[in-house]
Amino acid sequence: MKKKGFKAWLYLLPAVIFLGAFMFYPLIDVFVYSFEEGYNSASQTSFGVGGYNFSYVLHDPYFMQALQNTFLLVIITVPLSTGFALLISLGLNSIKPLRNLFQTIYFLPYVTNTLAVGLVFMILFKKTAYTDGLVNAFISIFGGGSVDFIDGPYWAKMFVLCLYTVWIVLPFKVLILTSALASVNEMYYKAARIDGTSKFRMFTKITLPMISPMIFYLVITGFIGAFKAYSDSVALFGTDLNAAGMNTIVGYIYDMLYGDSGGYPSYASAAAIILFVIVLTITVINLMISRKKVHY
Amino acid sequence: MKIRLENLTKKFPNRSKKGGADVVAVDNFSFEIPDGKLIGLLGPSGCGKSTALNLISGLESPTSGRIFFDDEDVTDIEPENRGIGLVFQNYALYPHLTVLRNITFPLENLKGDKKLTKERMKEKAYEAARLVQIEELMDRKPSELSGGQQQRVAIARALVKRPRVLLLDEPLSNLDARLRLQTREEIRRIQRETGITTIFVTHDQEEAMSISDLIVVMKSGKIQQIDKPQNVYDDPKNLFVAKFLGTPAINVFVGSVKHGRIFIGDDPVMPIKGIENRAIYAGIRPEGFIPSENGSLKCLLKGVEVMGRDTIILSKHYAQEGDVIHSIVDSEDAMQLDAVNTAIDHKLNLVLDPVHRDVDNHGEIRFSIRPRKIFIFDSETEERIYPNGDQPVTG
Ligand SMILES: Nc1ncnc2c1ncn2[C@@H]1O[C@H](COP(=O)(O)OP(=O)(O)OP(=O)(O)O)[C@@H](O)[C@H]1O
Ligand SMILES: [Mg+2]
Repeated sequence: MKKKGFKAWLYLLPAVIFLGAFMFYPLIDVFVYSFEEGYNSASQTSFGVGGYNFSYVLHDPYFMQALQNTFLLVIITVPLSTGFALLISLGLNSIKPLRNLFQTIYFLPYVTNTLAVGLVFMILFKKTAYTDGLVNAFISIFGGGSVDFIDGPYWAKMFVLCLYTVWIVLPFKVLILTSALASVNEMYYKAARIDGTSKFRMFTKITLPMISPMIFYLVITGFIGAFKAYSDSVALFGTDLNAAGMNTIVGYIYDMLYGDSGGYPSYASAAAIILFVIVLTITVINLMISRKKVHY
Repeated sequence: MKIRLENLTKKFPNRSKKGGADVVAVDNFSFEIPDGKLIGLLGPSGCGKSTALNLISGLESPTSGRIFFDDEDVTDIEPENRGIGLVFQNYALYPHLTVLRNITFPLENLKGDKKLTKERMKEKAYEAARLVQIEELMDRKPSELSGGQQQRVAIARALVKRPRVLLLDEPLSNLDARLRLQTREEIRRIQRETGITTIFVTHDQEEAMSISDLIVVMKSGKIQQIDKPQNVYDDPKNLFVAKFLGTPAINVFVGSVKHGRIFIGDDPVMPIKGIENRAIYAGIRPEGFIPSENGSLKCLLKGVEVMGRDTIILSKHYAQEGDVIHSIVDSEDAMQLDAVNTAIDHKLNLVLDPVHRDVDNHGEIRFSIRPRKIFIFDSETEERIYPNGDQPVTG
């Protein structure tokens, strides 16, 4: 018995070493930094220990802006992308001819580079000296005034960012949900038809419960992914996100470390810890709900 | 309720790349199922049993032909309006719902003035549950039930709306042998108690024989014979039906009719009237052999299995089809024969060495044949040939 335990640890050792060196050690380090005031990475010194870093970050208007952006992004895009993905998968599942073609088309954005998609969005939305962008051209056909989506009002920028995020995450969710739908055994629908179940009840009473584990998987990973968003914002609004007012929490952490006004590992660590706590809380809540609602 | 099928046909398009003919899963079915009876739909795998059932349930629509329930044409009516209950091969219980919710599910779908209160639904669910004796399991999930219990839940769910017709698609195939026996009696009891016209699909001939009022034997989408179980056994319409029913299976020989006699190989086994000289297949049921010193069918004795009252004699004949001839004879009759006794003695010595059974050769054994247990079939069409004067019995 003892020997067996030893062997098990031996097999785990490589993974434990790597995880320890590249995950747990940095995590603990970040935690320590976040409580050390004015830590200097060059001299490895600090002024003292306390909650000052947190208080600074929480009073920083840029952080509050990033926090607001991130929350908006999460609240808007996670339900929207999951909902759309469900609709699209249901559609894909109910067509017979060309289903594979459509599935491939819907999956294409997933294998496309984020920045390339950003470029396409620029063409669609950005105002330049020569053109107002395709979307504005479209709006003007219907008699609307042109809007600057990239450098204009906050809601317009937020709209583009959300649209972009939904677009980026959609293919993966569609992929997961189409396979989840396809794996629901046909016989349940047959049984339901015999029982005279309406289409709507079939969806709510059979399809949804059957694929609920996958939906919750997508919601949880969606939440986590959206909280960690950064590259999407950069792809659309460039690297000076604070100036654009479109920073995210991860963007704020990056700026604090390496940005033009960077060099504050303590503040970055504090912000990282705050993000960690937020994500952890939301995920725990999600899991608690899913335990109640998800079948099996 | 009576069910009548008229020229019912279902074709599935052939999807193979090489093309080819459509698959005719159900080919021109015409028969009538009397009210309140239990019908066994029997046939080998892939012969179209499930398709036939799906047509009656309305899950599939026929390529041509009509379906009548009593005198109402239900061919174009949606499944839910036909008043049927269907039990699937894998039960299709909703895994996320409790047994109670599974049973009430069909009731919850009722709309308009048929809508029931929660209490009424529960009452009805318990009524159905009592019939199949699962009242104590109502709060469990299907995954917490044994196969037999799941099967009962499926039946309760099919019965809860008081269907006019109950359709069962190989409902016992997932159960072990003992439970299968027990459950099929249960189904028979429930069917008798409710008096619902029931169609029971199976590929197990014993199952069909034991519980059906009428058996429909099918093969490759075509009906071979419809009759009472005993008649299907005693009076098969063709070689396929003869082979498909009975354990041990019927013994088939290549033979001929010559000058008013049935020959098996060169052995003249029986006189027969009014049939021209021709090549035939002869089928003899295991119980149709009488061992006798001067019987006409000369076989090689291969082995003996004494099973109490009966003895199975294993023998070979050069004109036989298949492996070995099984004949079941009365043990006391068998003991009269010297050959059998030597074989038994010999077997006692070889009991630890069963491999020798096939190689064993205990000399000749002769049989005479019971006239009612031998059937002859056309060697081309494999249809039954009836001797002159004997009319084919139809039921
Ligand atoms: N949806 C379909 N499309 C094409 N062919 C089908 C379809 N359903 C059944 N078939 C074909 O029809 C024939 C009859 O099938 P069916 O399922 O009715 O057989 P079965 O008698 O129920 O067999 P089993 O005892 O194995 O369940 C088979 O050859 C099958 O391949
Ligand atoms: Mg079948």
